[in-house]
Amino acid sequence: MTTFETIAKLLAEAKDLDVATIKPEMTFADLGLDSLDVAELVMNLEDELDVSIEINPSLKTVQDVAALVDEQKK
Amino acid sequence: MNIRALGHALPQKIVTNRDLAQILDTSDEWIQTHTGIRSRRILSGEETISGLGAQAVQMALTRAGLTIADVDYILCSTVRGEMFFPSTACLIAQKLGATCPCLDINAGCTGFLYALDLADAMIAAGKVDRVLVVCAEQISKVTDWTDRSTCVLFGDAAGVALCERGENLKTVRLSAESDPEPLHAWPSGGNCPFDDHIAKEHLLYMNGQEIFKFAVTRSLRDIGMVLDDCGLTVDAVDSFVLHQANRRILDAVRTRLKQSAEKFPINITTHGNTSSACIPVLLSEMVEDGRLRRGQTLVLSAFGAGLTTGAAVLQY
Repeated sequence: MTTFETIAKLLAEAKDLDVATIKPEMTFADLGLDSLDVAELVMNLEDELDVSIEINPSLKTVQDVAALVDEQKK
Repeated sequence: MNIRALGHALPQKIVTNRDLAQILDTSDEWIQTHTGIRSRRILSGEETISGLGAQAVQMALTRAGLTIADVDYILCSTVRGEMFFPSTACLIAQKLGATCPCLDINAGCTGFLYALDLADAMIAAGKVDRVLVVCAEQISKVTDWTDRSTCVLFGDAAGVALCERGENLKTVRLSAESDPEPLHAWPSGGNCPFDDHIAKEHLLYMNGQEIFKFAVTRSLRDIGMVLDDCGLTVDAVDSFVLHQANRRILDAVRTRLKQSAEKFPINITTHGNTSSACIPVLLSEMVEDGRLRRGQTLVLSAFGAGLTTGAAVLQY
């Protein structure tokens, strides 16, 4: 499973969304997430992928978070 | 150490979400969905936080069948005392006619846990027999009432635990990862001509995202540690009484511990975040309505400015 797919799966579970509707370029605001939802997503990702993610304001899209995680996994 | 009795007091004025929607670009629906808060109490008119503290102490003393003369020390947790000096503990003592030593401490919203630990140490050392831990908080005085993301969260309150020798406090774990940036408020005032910092912003600032993540991860860590200390499992705990910072923090911790909502009592709905007063006020309310009974096993957990955290196991 790619990082994007993992994020999409977690998002779909947390916000009761159809996973097929989640695209990398979508912003968290597009998906109806507020800042605390993003923080919770980051915590779930940390648990799932055993990474440590520092939340910062530049994390706006699903792809932004995926890229940050992939950078760490290198 | 035992908690012999609890007490609490709230300001008269109820500020609803609709009241806030009159002065801010927000709505009752948004605040409830995002925070779980419907209303909060705010000090107004002639009310003072020391007055509220004294009222809460009276409730605890009455429940214990004791008088202020039976108290050896007043320890007050407050992030924003009534005056710079004297301490809020002294102001409360004056209202009660107490002559025992008085001291304020500030460990942010974790203050109740820090104060309980201090009281426990003082009693264990044989210095005193009975300590009043008073959490007297008036966050409304430092809240930025133009910032809709933070001012909707807080309320004022006072909560008291009357502590004495005993074995009911099983363990306390405290921590500090000191960093003022995510949550702070500068003091205001002064007219020193040699200080160019006087005009600095003095209202409350909070990075909600960072605090949310900190609160959930550290609360889970601390709860795990105190349960390990006592050889307990989560399922053996009757109630988890957490700092009431945001309903979503409580839900995030609860779901990760796989516990029912009944085991995570709340008062954030009607009180908001009352800083270190949250836990003693909630405990006192639970005594009042019968939810808290002698012999129950409680886990307390708090987190706040510092950044500090604390957790405890209490056999009430």
